[in-house]
Amino acid sequence: MTDRHKGLTEVVIYPAWCKGCGICAAFCPEKVIELDAEGKARAVRQEDCINCGFCELHCPDFAISVRTKEPGADPGTPGYKPPAKGK
Amino acid sequence: MSDVTQLIHQYLRHNKKFPHVFCPGCGHGIALGSLIRAVHGLSLSKDEVVVVAGIGCSGRIAVYVDFNTVHTTHGRALTFATGIKMASPKLKVICIMGDGDALAIGGNHLIHAARRNIGIAALVLNNNIYGMTGGQTSPTTPGGARTATSPYGALEKPFDLVDLARAAGANYVARGTVFQAHLLDRLISSAIERPGFNLVEVLTPCHTQYGRKNKFKNPVDMYQALKHAAVPREAWEHFSEAERKERIPVGVFVERDEPGLEERYRVMQAALLARPKAREALPEPNGHDPASTKAKLEGVES
Ligand code: SF4
Ligand code: SF4
Repeated sequence: MTDRHKGLTEVVIYPAWCKGCGICAAFCPEKVIELDAEGKARAVRQEDCINCGFCELHCPDFAISVRTKEPGADPGTPGYKPPAKGK
Repeated sequence: MSDVTQLIHQYLRHNKKFPHVFCPGCGHGIALGSLIRAVHGLSLSKDEVVVVAGIGCSGRIAVYVDFNTVHTTHGRALTFATGIKMASPKLKVICIMGDGDALAIGGNHLIHAARRNIGIAALVLNNNIYGMTGGQTSPTTPGGARTATSPYGALEKPFDLVDLARAAGANYVARGTVFQAHLLDRLISSAIERPGFNLVEVLTPCHTQYGRKNKFKNPVDMYQALKHAAVPREAWEHFSEAERKERIPVGVFVERDEPGLEERYRVMQAALLARPKAREALPEPNGHDPASTKAKLEGVES
């Protein structure tokens, strides 16, 4: 996968619904997700997400939402405009 | 890819307790997601859909979805579903069963529903075990597998649900896995959309009752195995006997276009009612007498 698809998404995980099965962490192609000390999934490498959607479709508990960021919200993403310097 | 989870939340009953009752890594949650996406993709309203479920872990799905739902008795989901479809053919009737539910307790209902070709989408969530009742051997437990009732390995041969449904006359027979949710979405969608009896076998891991007794360290191990085992039917057909071992073909196996029982019934009904005597037997607008209607219908020549 090429880098140009990265950084367009925000991976939101609801800890209250996550049962820590580990499917998302095991099969994410970019290793975006890890289980934390409490066994809950966390998106530790958000910037690597390629928006493949695997985790969201295969979380048995509907605990993950991969959202598209506003275009250009982050530096380095297409459409990014540096904030105008205040006058 | 966004909005998948948000979409699912629109179809859940939020007065129920979440997270749902399924164990960590249970595939039933993924199957539930697929079902919702299939219904949404077909632009059906919640009121047009009836989910009829049997007993077992899979039966809990009916509790969580905001459609018309009936949580029936063990093995009998198809009988309730048949009645609903015959009475209201416009409804999309989806029947959710487990492997024990569909193939042991309700085995007869399954083959006869397929033979009649009644317009139902039957989803059999096959986890190879009786999960809810303590992990006993089911009709799809693989030979040699350890379960609560086969501690030294199952001696019986499992049913091949696809072969069974094909032989019994189902209109559409498919197999998918919860590891391939996109494919599963498509298979379930076809099953709901098509006429007649359409069956999808859904392979869905149960780590708690099956995996732990069969050397799967965790749910992820079972998904790895499923990923390895599932191959498209087209590729599987070219495999040698040796290559087929421990592989499971997935995809669409049967696509017939026979009209469903409820359609054949309506055609017969219309033909009968078109005859003069049958027309006389139509209920009177104000208060008809069932006994006289029956007597009049008996006079209709066949
Ligand atoms: S797949 Fe879902 S339930 Fe499983 S660890 Fe990931 S977020 Fe948690
Ligand atoms: S969308 Fe794909 S790449 Fe992004 S976190 Fe989920 S599995 Fe990983």
